[in-house]
Amino acid sequence: MKEMKVISKRFDKVNPLSIQDYINTNGYTFLKKAIKMERISIIEEVEASYLRGRGGAGFPTHIKMMGLAKETSMPKYIICNADEGEPGNFKDRAILEKDPYAVIEGMTIVAYATGATKGYVYIRGEYLEALKIMKHCIQEATENNLLGNNILGEKFNFTLEVRSGAGSYVCGEEFALIESIEGKPGRTRIKPPFPTQKGVFNQPTMISNVETFANIPFIIEIGGKEYHKIGTPSSTGTKLLSLSGNIKNPGVYEVPFGVTIRAVIEELGGGTLNNRKIKMIQLGGSCGPIIPEYMLDMIIDYERFEEFESKTGSGAIIVMDDRSDIFDILMNTVLFFEHESCGKCVPCREGHVQLLKIIDKFVKRTASSKDLDSLESLARVMHQTSLCGLGQSSPTSIISTIRFFRDEYLDRIDHPASN
Amino acid sequence: MAKLRINNIDIEVEDNLTILNAAKKYNINIPTLCNYPDLHINSECRICVVEIEGRKGLVTSCSTPVRDGMVIKTNSPRVLNARKTITELILANHDSNCNACAKNMNCELQNLSSVLGIDKSRFESTLEIAPIDEDNPSLMRNPNRCIKCGRCVIVCKEVQSTNVLELMGRSHALTVTPAFGKFLSSEECTFCGQCSSVCPVGAIMEKDETDKVWAAINNDNKRVIVQIAPAVRVSLGEELGMAPGSIVTGKIVSALKLIGFDDVFDTDFTADLTIIEEGNELIQRVTTGGTLPMITSCCPGWINFAEQNFPEILPNISTCKSPQQMFGALSKSYFTEKVGIKKEDLFVVSIMPCTAKKYEAQRPEMSVDGKHPDVDVVLTVRELGKMIKQMGIDFKTLEDTKFDNPFGITTGAAAIFGNTGGVMEAALRTVYEVVNKKPLENIDFKDVRGLDGFKETTVNLGGMDVKVAVVHTLANARIIAEQIKNGTSPYAFIEVMACPGGCIGGGGTPYGTNTSVRQKRIDALYEVDGAMAIRKSHENPSITKIYEEYLIKPLGEKSHHLLHTHYHARKVKHNEDKKNVMATY
Amino acid sequence: MLLDMILNKYPAQEDSLIEILLEFQDAKSSHFISEAEVKQIASYLQISEAKVCSVISFYTFFRTEQKGQHIIQVCRGVPCHVTADINIVKIIEKELGIKVDETTENKKFTLEYTSCLGLCDKAPVMRIDDKIYTNLTENKIKAILAEYRVYN
Repeated sequence: MKEMKVISKRFDKVNPLSIQDYINTNGYTFLKKAIKMERISIIEEVEASYLRGRGGAGFPTHIKMMGLAKETSMPKYIICNADEGEPGNFKDRAILEKDPYAVIEGMTIVAYATGATKGYVYIRGEYLEALKIMKHCIQEATENNLLGNNILGEKFNFTLEVRSGAGSYVCGEEFALIESIEGKPGRTRIKPPFPTQKGVFNQPTMISNVETFANIPFIIEIGGKEYHKIGTPSSTGTKLLSLSGNIKNPGVYEVPFGVTIRAVIEELGGGTLNNRKIKMIQLGGSCGPIIPEYMLDMIIDYERFEEFESKTGSGAIIVMDDRSDIFDILMNTVLFFEHESCGKCVPCREGHVQLLKIIDKFVKRTASSKDLDSLESLARVMHQTSLCGLGQSSPTSIISTIRFFRDEYLDRIDHPASN
Repeated sequence: MAKLRINNIDIEVEDNLTILNAAKKYNINIPTLCNYPDLHINSECRICVVEIEGRKGLVTSCSTPVRDGMVIKTNSPRVLNARKTITELILANHDSNCNACAKNMNCELQNLSSVLGIDKSRFESTLEIAPIDEDNPSLMRNPNRCIKCGRCVIVCKEVQSTNVLELMGRSHALTVTPAFGKFLSSEECTFCGQCSSVCPVGAIMEKDETDKVWAAINNDNKRVIVQIAPAVRVSLGEELGMAPGSIVTGKIVSALKLIGFDDVFDTDFTADLTIIEEGNELIQRVTTGGTLPMITSCCPGWINFAEQNFPEILPNISTCKSPQQMFGALSKSYFTEKVGIKKEDLFVVSIMPCTAKKYEAQRPEMSVDGKHPDVDVVLTVRELGKMIKQMGIDFKTLEDTKFDNPFGITTGAAAIFGNTGGVMEAALRTVYEVVNKKPLENIDFKDVRGLDGFKETTVNLGGMDVKVAVVHTLANARIIAEQIKNGTSPYAFIEVMACPGGCIGGGGTPYGTNTSVRQKRIDALYEVDGAMAIRKSHENPSITKIYEEYLIKPLGEKSHHLLHTHYHARKVKHNEDKKNVMATY
Repeated sequence: MLLDMILNKYPAQEDSLIEILLEFQDAKSSHFISEAEVKQIASYLQISEAKVCSVISFYTFFRTEQKGQHIIQVCRGVPCHVTADINIVKIIEKELGIKVDETTENKKFTLEYTSCLGLCDKAPVMRIDDKIYTNLTENKIKAILAEYRVYN
């Protein structure tokens, strides 16, 4: 299997800081094309492409665009969610550092199509390099009349600003991110209203992932219909995958939807280090399911991932070989969420610390079958009742391991530590 | 209209109603915890979750609007399990020593666990003991009981704009504290106590001072007298199982006598006195070019707020002490002289709907001899309710008793001091007649009544149209204070009360205060007003008498000494604007 | 002085708060925000001190006390966790004689965990101040620390 380089076509081939390099490689051709199109036709092209959000949840992009376009309250905002904090994900960082102008061009096209005049790129504070690059590129684009007032001589104004995160994973959640842009702690809001109705500063706002915006110029280039032919019917286009863990060639790879996880690991990732056996992989990052080796023939698309009810679609694959211990990984994962919970809603605020207590019993082999029931029941309640995606998806690793590795839980119960 | 199915009944309700409210209409009360009628939906506790057919997760009924065709289950096993689990999670991080909590039997969390049939949390306690904040005269904050529902933060920010309490930190370490994790005493807290009145548990309460009162009553060397504020007579009943708005004036006097107070007086008397002093002050300011607009000074929450945030407008505030403090000052001068006892042998108790009154009574200025406070102890309505229960009094069946004299004869004007607009109306009834030297045709100033946050009217005084305004809540007070600061206030006289609805919605009133309860208490006060033989302060014969006997004349030397006070800027604020910042650089 | 200069760059509106805190803390040599500075920022933005405190206490980047001259942050994401054959934190703890969240006596180093740095393809990783170190091994860590001890 070979990569299909659409979003990553400029990676390591051009100077990412140079707007001239970008223009020389077809950059901004599609903004020029879009700006001559009817605004609604742009959204129709995106609809025809059936582009879905690349942050993980997979919400159809054209619905957000249409939602924003039909709002009349001005100003309207576009936000690029570059708060890629999910452990195991680094594909957005790659785009931001290696092809930043594609994100800017994509945002500009969306702004034109929806009537937005102001945009933010919210980059997590840990991505110092990406922050620097993005600030530079926005300035370059502005100086070249590709951002700012009367872009390309048309009656179209769009300004873009970089905002930095300050160490909070939950700010990747759309309303938490919006609160953070407003200078507040990143605690989510109640929906409805949705961001396209009342987003940042209570104005209509469309918020999408870095990779989603990077796809927009390509859709304008080949048209929605052609785009729809790539990938699978429910999951069109390509996907950037972040491959990490016990693997020979970790890195970012771009493949069309529909390839199997095994092919990606073996053919692109070169298999495991020292050819050890794969025990399990975690899909989508820490908020994703942990699945056993025998499921690796599953194909990568949103439909398959939806079964796990978490934001699996971000494209992270963390490979863990036979040396890994489930409870060690769970401890690490839940500790992360316990640290990152915003504290607003009860299940997430009080739940994680209780999950940790129970997992610790499994680590120490002091758990009973009652603890297993408690663990599963609590994980499900958190999944079903938490206010935002963090608490809803953080128990996925627990729910999936209880499903696929139940024996290991039972073993810990049946073979308690001898005092 | 939306047609939907809840449990096994088909219902039809208006669109945009929340599931919670739609269910309530059909007598299905979904349990809630963080939800509070007058505050915006926080949806934090997740107790009110329900199941909607076709949706994988559970949704909070408080925040989800109904939709046509919805099929909702409010009691499926999944829902009940979730509710129970969430409650147990809360309990695991809560000081559940209920017997040692003054909120016992009056606690929303306790009530919820009982409804859900929880006998103990299956989760290990994760409570980390934090110090109790109680070094101020008014409020006690026990963070170990706090369930982080956010109600107090919303009230403090949105209703009062005082912004003292905030959610600090995150995750399991989330706490509610003032800036830098300090105590209330070190912050710009006005002690209005609205936080305490919305707290579902015992995490913020008034400081209980009932012990001091029991001790005084049982001290044979002390003559213990008590005053009750206007709002108390229409709110105490709720604390003792009666309906909101029950008028229980005579029963309170009887109960206080049974408890053992030597004399039971009415703060309404000094409310009438306030009108005479304040009315004359207003006339003087208007006629001699004094600082205008003049603002009322009865409300200690407002005084604290102004001293902390608006030092520029302190000259606008009437120099009159509040009725509580006028009462205290007269008790420890006129009254002690009259009955021939030493000041230190008199113990003065106030029953107030207010927590800030506890602070006010301890201000050093509020002492006629400069040594002892004029008012020794201030109890809230809730604390009095507790004393009545401790005494074993069957309150509902008590006969009425009249107030004692000399501070027992009052007017309708004084009664309405207890609600927003009441001080203004009482003042206008007197000022109009004193200035215009003719009786009012209609003494009801309806424009200044009611629960609108901002009310105004115009009265003709001596041939001049004078604009007056009434605001309640500190957020509204802030707006009017900014106006005065900017010199754009068109008013001559402004009434400010810190709490929503005025004193009847005070931070020391019975729990469960909301808009409808406030309205009932207000209606009751106007009923008291309407039933009084005298409805204007200047017609109160006892007031005339005290001037003849003791005070001589309004704004006179005695009044100045006993009934007036002064204010001071509490905090020098860093108020450099951008320009000043540049200058310092 | 420094704070005045930085405040002056931003409009006096609430959404400047995080930007101001980030820039100021980074520029200030002791890398923390004091109570007096919180008051000044609150006053400039016309927001309550409690609000500034709530933001500072929510985001992990902000510090309210002085830390070491160099801040060592070890990534504890799952990819770093599973690829490390060694326990990075234990090695550093042993080298410096401190535990996580502590500062060496000479105030030279503070050791912390960090959330995923997004360098999972070069795991395990750590960061010292703004500099990132990847594909760590025990010897590499020791050499890096030695360099800081001697030259920085």
